[in-house]
Amino acid sequence: MRRALAFMALAWLAIAPALAQEAPLADPALEQRARDLGREIRCVVCQSQSVADSDADIAQELRVMIREQIAAGKSDQDIRDYLVARYGDFVLFDPPFKGSTYVLWLGPFAILVLAAIGVAIFFRRRARDPARARALSADEHSRVERLLHDGPEDRA
Amino acid sequence: MRRLVFLLPIAIVAVLVALFWIGLDPNRDKSVLPSALVGNPAPAVDLPGLVDGAPRLNLAQFKGQLVAINFFASWCLPCRAEHPLLQQITAEFGVPVIGIAWKDKPEAAHAFLQELGDPYVATGIDHNGRTGIDFGITGVPETFLVGADGTVLYRFAGPVSDDGLRNELAPAIAEAKK
Repeated sequence: MRRALAFMALAWLAIAPALAQEAPLADPALEQRARDLGREIRCVVCQSQSVADSDADIAQELRVMIREQIAAGKSDQDIRDYLVARYGDFVLFDPPFKGSTYVLWLGPFAILVLAAIGVAIFFRRRARDPARARALSADEHSRVERLLHDGPEDRA
Repeated sequence: MRRLVFLLPIAIVAVLVALFWIGLDPNRDKSVLPSALVGNPAPAVDLPGLVDGAPRLNLAQFKGQLVAINFFASWCLPCRAEHPLLQQITAEFGVPVIGIAWKDKPEAAHAFLQELGDPYVATGIDHNGRTGIDFGITGVPETFLVGADGTVLYRFAGPVSDDGLRNELAPAIAEAKK
């Protein structure tokens, strides 16, 4: 346990200088905006991480840039547009809803609707099946009773 | 209609096979993103030179000719590997190469060129990496072709290898010269 703590302390010492390079914004509200924005921007080298989570050079640079632009009074959308112009929609973890992404956004719902139609057709057909629709005749009814009572006919 | 229902599973399997075929292609490098910049005007470049007294690097000076822009850094090992090939871009294809040292110290970048040779027609230092971000680079090295009209024509992400030079960069240069 003590070793683990010592190791963590050492690890922190190793990370601390890297973090120190990035001065947070003085205004906590603006800093929060910068952090929130960093979480929705994809790191372009380590693609399943966000810019906020990544240690890559380019991610660090993008965090600094986001803070600069926020400090300069740019809106979140301005910054998103700036990044999309350079890196494409790919940098956004939340892709925009537009022509080339309709399939992405609407595909799952289309599949859901198709599946619902399929299920509806299945049940409708079953309901229309003449063998099911007709009630049992008196003869059939007594046969069912007999079968349930005595077991299979051919043995009887 | 009945028959369509039987064909459906086959159609689904066909779609899946196609997706796996693309997804599992060993030659597909998913770390390379399509550049948003190709086909658009190159961002403005105005950077200080590597040494005191060296002229500033301004991309506008090169308007009217096809140029290659190579982002490199002295701290980047793959840049070291591709370095000898950059000379060939000029020697073999007649395309001048502009060097931009990305997030580097001017002295370090200068020492790097002293050691390995300087293949660049002009060099600038992008100290805070902002010009690199303008070009949408994901790291170094990256090489761009910028046409005579200032349009970005092509992007090569990663170190230029012998193969990359022959099979990718050379055709792109030929295309750009048309």
